[in-house]
Amino acid sequence: MTGPLFDIAVTVARIAVFFAFCFGLVVVMTWVERKGAAYIQDRRGPNRADIFGIRAWGLFHPLADALKFLFKEDFIPDNAHRLFYQMAPMFSLAPAILGIAIIPFGPDVTVMGRTIALQIADLNVGILYLFAVSGMTVYGVVLAGWASGSKYPLLGGLRSSAQMLSYEVSMGLSLIGIFMVFESVRMSQIVAGQGGLLFGVLPKWGVFVQPLGFILFLVAQYAEANRTPFDLPEGESELVAGYHTEYASFKFSMFMMAEYLHMVVGAAVVATLFFGGWQFPYLGDAGFLFPGGFAVAVPPALVLLLRIGSFVAKVLFFAWLYVWVRWTIPRFRYDQVMRLGWKVMLPLSLLNIFATGLILLLLNR
Amino acid sequence: MTIGVIKVARPREMSFPESLYLLEIVKGLGVTMGHLLSNIVRQEGIKTIEYPEVRRPMPPRFRGKHRLMKRENGAPRCVACYCCSTACPAKCITIVAGESPDPAVEKYPVRFDIDMLRCVFCGMCVEACPCDAIRMDTGWFTPPDDTREKLIFTIDTLLEK
Repeated sequence: MTGPLFDIAVTVARIAVFFAFCFGLVVVMTWVERKGAAYIQDRRGPNRADIFGIRAWGLFHPLADALKFLFKEDFIPDNAHRLFYQMAPMFSLAPAILGIAIIPFGPDVTVMGRTIALQIADLNVGILYLFAVSGMTVYGVVLAGWASGSKYPLLGGLRSSAQMLSYEVSMGLSLIGIFMVFESVRMSQIVAGQGGLLFGVLPKWGVFVQPLGFILFLVAQYAEANRTPFDLPEGESELVAGYHTEYASFKFSMFMMAEYLHMVVGAAVVATLFFGGWQFPYLGDAGFLFPGGFAVAVPPALVLLLRIGSFVAKVLFFAWLYVWVRWTIPRFRYDQVMRLGWKVMLPLSLLNIFATGLILLLLNR
Repeated sequence: MTIGVIKVARPREMSFPESLYLLEIVKGLGVTMGHLLSNIVRQEGIKTIEYPEVRRPMPPRFRGKHRLMKRENGAPRCVACYCCSTACPAKCITIVAGESPDPAVEKYPVRFDIDMLRCVFCGMCVEACPCDAIRMDTGWFTPPDDTREKLIFTIDTLLEK
């Protein structure tokens, strides 16, 4: 294959594979959420949908849901602003999808003498791009809330925008420590920087270098994705369903997909920034090298497989953590969310930046 | 002391580690994970009754769907005396009497319809029956159906049970 054609093929293949991975995970996550919630609450969960009598623990329920959403009436309320009402789900879903672009799924691979990064786009602005696109999600929510022409969505949209804006501040600030330690905002370099060892024992992962930053970022991510304990924009008891109350059929499922994509992308970002991305603990290019000087040689293909596998495992864990936390912690009150955001998270993230800077200054002197 | 003032125990102040929430959240996660794992390992421990396949056993005096009893020769035990339809507060029993072919029995029900959409399951018909011909001991509710006609139970369906 010639040069440009090869490049295009590689790009398309990367997009297709990562897209399929993320959307596949979204579908599985809806099932995990329902089934996990059921088992946590001592119930059985979905187990009725079957194909030719095979029930497979309710695994076909996402399929049934999708079909149901597709064939439902596409209803627009009388009071809704017709254009904005239809734009809102797109504004919600598109930024969530865009986030996939900068996540490194694995190390560079050499195929036919060319180096291919397992990442759709290794942007030099890296994580700032992610902030930019995830900042756009709030438009979808506000637009949905306002365009529905109904009270509950409006209140939900307002709450959502206030919450997302305030947590975006601490989310951005909590990552500054990571940028300072790894001296880059480029995702691939942050991952590469986490390959070393800390004090010769621990892997130099973001979570060990920036424990406070990790907690702050995780909490801000949950608030940003509107997940429990910060899901008060869609607080069922007081707001019916919040900003997507008036949505039905496939538009509603686009909001749902956006929420789950946020979870998947958020899990991938946490795994990348704080848990070494595709780095496998103590695994170098040639094989395992344990702290005691004990080494095990591993063939390159297996190294690649282990690294991609470790990334997938981390993403799965953090995606599960979203579900796990949702069915453990009750929802915050609105003023509690705001107090936590501005009076706790923000000062702590500033403190984190200060402490990180101080330590780096003392170490490099 | 003022009359009518009740002292209520206030929740105690949270200690510092508790007010950080972090440890408490981890504890909570442990509880939920414990439930999840124990429910996956011991599926039979889940209290849910898988309804259409598994049915909750009804108490012996539960008044369910009606059934008509039969004599030893298979004829209905009912003598079409109209006691049940007279006692019925919902007026849901329709009986048409006919002369019985059996010389020992005077009458038999040609039609015996119970409109299950009107029945209030009070059990008056069972108490009114002098021959113990109608019972409500099937231990089951009226199943849903898609037409009103199907929910008017005729003598054939009632005798089957």
